[in-house]
Amino acid sequence: MKKLFSLALVLLMSLGLFAACGGDDTPANNDVDTKEAVKVGFIFLHDENSTYDLNFMNGVTEAAANLGLAEDQIIMRTNIPEGQECYDAAADLADAGCDIIFADSFGHEDYMIQAAKEFPNVQFCHATGTKAHTEGLDNFHNAFASIYEGRYLAGVAAGMKLNEMIAAGEFTAEEAKMGYVGAFTYAEVISGYTSFYLGAKSVCPTVTMDVTFTGSWYDETAEKEGANKLIENGCKLISQHADSMGAPTACETKGVPNVSYNGSTIGACPNTFIVSSRINWAPYYEYIINCVENGEAIATDWTGTIATNSVVLTDINETVAAAGTADKLAEVKTGLLDGTVHVFDAASFTVDGAALTGYMADVDTDAAYTPDTEVIADGYFHESEFRSAPYFDLQIDGINLLDTRF
Amino acid sequence: MSNNCQPNGHTRVNNQPLFHITKRKALPWYYTWGIRGAAIVAALLTCAAVTSLLTGENPLEVFQTIGYGAFGTTRKTWILLQNLAILLCISLAVTPAFKMRFWNIGAEGQVLIGGLATAACMILLGDKVPNAVLIATMVISSIAAGAVWGGIPAFFKAKWNTNETLFTLMMNYVATQLVAFFVIVWEVPKGAGKIGIINQDTMAGWLPQIGDYKYLLNILIVAMLTVAMYVYLNYTKHGYEITVVGESERTARYVGIKVDKVIIRTMLLSGAVCGIAGLLLVGGTDHTITTTIAGGRGFTAVMVSWLAQFNPIVMVLTSFLLVFLDRGAGEISTVFALNHSFGDILTGIILFFIIGSEFFVNYQLNFRKNTGKEGKANV
Repeated sequence: MKKLFSLALVLLMSLGLFAACGGDDTPANNDVDTKEAVKVGFIFLHDENSTYDLNFMNGVTEAAANLGLAEDQIIMRTNIPEGQECYDAAADLADAGCDIIFADSFGHEDYMIQAAKEFPNVQFCHATGTKAHTEGLDNFHNAFASIYEGRYLAGVAAGMKLNEMIAAGEFTAEEAKMGYVGAFTYAEVISGYTSFYLGAKSVCPTVTMDVTFTGSWYDETAEKEGANKLIENGCKLISQHADSMGAPTACETKGVPNVSYNGSTIGACPNTFIVSSRINWAPYYEYIINCVENGEAIATDWTGTIATNSVVLTDINETVAAAGTADKLAEVKTGLLDGTVHVFDAASFTVDGAALTGYMADVDTDAAYTPDTEVIADGYFHESEFRSAPYFDLQIDGINLLDTRF
Repeated sequence: MSNNCQPNGHTRVNNQPLFHITKRKALPWYYTWGIRGAAIVAALLTCAAVTSLLTGENPLEVFQTIGYGAFGTTRKTWILLQNLAILLCISLAVTPAFKMRFWNIGAEGQVLIGGLATAACMILLGDKVPNAVLIATMVISSIAAGAVWGGIPAFFKAKWNTNETLFTLMMNYVATQLVAFFVIVWEVPKGAGKIGIINQDTMAGWLPQIGDYKYLLNILIVAMLTVAMYVYLNYTKHGYEITVVGESERTARYVGIKVDKVIIRTMLLSGAVCGIAGLLLVGGTDHTITTTIAGGRGFTAVMVSWLAQFNPIVMVLTSFLLVFLDRGAGEISTVFALNHSFGDILTGIILFFIIGSEFFVNYQLNFRKNTGKEGKANV
């Protein structure tokens, strides 16, 4: 009983300290503007220590600067797991007066939908999700970018590096093999490594690639071990789709060139980093904020492209990249923009030895993974057109999956 | 902790250490109280100093923000109560085992396996049986799964005296891997590595919501469990047997208590209550299963239980303290743009002082007597 009493006292004392804070619950009315300023809430899976979340946060900073948003127009919630916590955080942000709520992780989607049903006047935007086009809610939206084009460009840089190493006599053209550390056997990852491979193959026709999966979006040890395994298996160049520094640092230690993702890793890997593709989220943020300010509807499925400046490459590390990389990338980029180059050109790859003439993809998410949409037309695979999130999930020839457990 | 005895103090004054530690006799209530109060004040002052030194923020504002994060709106208060209920439920689960001096650090796994059983029912039977039957199946299977997960190490302990600390810990990893496996079996869409909300359209197997209050059912169930556990531990024959086994197994044998039976029975109970926590998490709130759904609460519960010295009613307060600090920490990182870890640092400081105060409640420091004055306790 004594213990009980003392703890009660402890708690009372700590509560006493907070008693003063009850008064200012109601947001002060801003009487300078006649139109109320838009308020945006952000939900992040991790914090700035994850390259994935950092990339979203940098987008927020950039968009806020471009639009001249005040500090109190933005609320950021970090370390929100993919569970009920996401719904709680979204509802809490809606309570705080947010007009738009954005979540950055794939697993947040269902909880955002739950919140969207409850707050019809708030716009819920979710990156990387797949359900907005089938959910039928006016206030729930998906967004992604045609990052496969960025991966393709990064792949071209990788292929040129391989060519340079072949020309220098480091290995033969037949030994040109790349390695790729992926997170899951998910379409987004498959689309990513396939476009990267096709980019490399477009300049280095003999290239092959080994892919290993870690079963986690962020597992530094597994990513490092994955990269080490690939290097030991004879891979001459590594890229990755997972969110830690595991693979880039493994490459730096072993002196193997690396093509990165989400942002430049040149600081930690000055001797191996070539270039990195990333999605720039600032254009999307600016778009949704402008939509709400002007009372316009936000697109259900928004796909950023090279043209919208959503798909970008970091600066090339000239000390590692092959000579002429920048010029070649500019040329290919022009081709992608004017439609003369298609990443998933059916003539450039085969599946089980045969060229593809038609393919039904699982675009509408369902538990049985039912294929529902024909995605091959005009001689190429139409990625990110029927929904923003990637759905390319074919296993093409030349890419060897070391494990498919995940 | 080494108890530094005083060897022939008066003949070897020069060799005497600067201070030595002795066990206190029972203290009057106001003294114990004072020590704990002083610890909290010291903790808050340290937090304030660390805050202003490291971040330059006004410490009072930081404390206010912690309070706002916990109680700022009706919703925040409900979330706090829901988190409190889950942490308390798991703490209640580990308590009978701890009271028996059975180190069950496998609550994490027992919660996970209970949650996995619940999710399995929701996915496999979702549209095949009436909702009432489905929920009854979920309740039974989650409790059974938790009980089995707790019962296995207890059985080995009772039969072959295996080390329960290692055994329960290892069972956590087995449970995590099982969940990871089934997440891949049931993942949507393919390759995504997550299940998402189960039966989002039909709500089959979702525990009923009382009125408009999403979390009220969970809170009520845990409130009832708390009272039940208090009565069980303090006023039943089982509770008494647990206490005796905890104090001394030999005494328990001597008075005719079947120790093996008590160990297994208590761990079945411990696991079953963890199974309920898994049921409330999966069926009541999250409606999904992930490897991280228990979120380390199986280990935090150990601290909650110990801080409350195994008293279920006091555990309401200790779990409140931890959840309060955690909710506050989240708010600090949002308002001041500080990393979430900063909130964890503050929580760590406060816990350090609270746990440290127990040392001064039970022991005192005696300084070397140079002037012949009485040694005094230094708090």
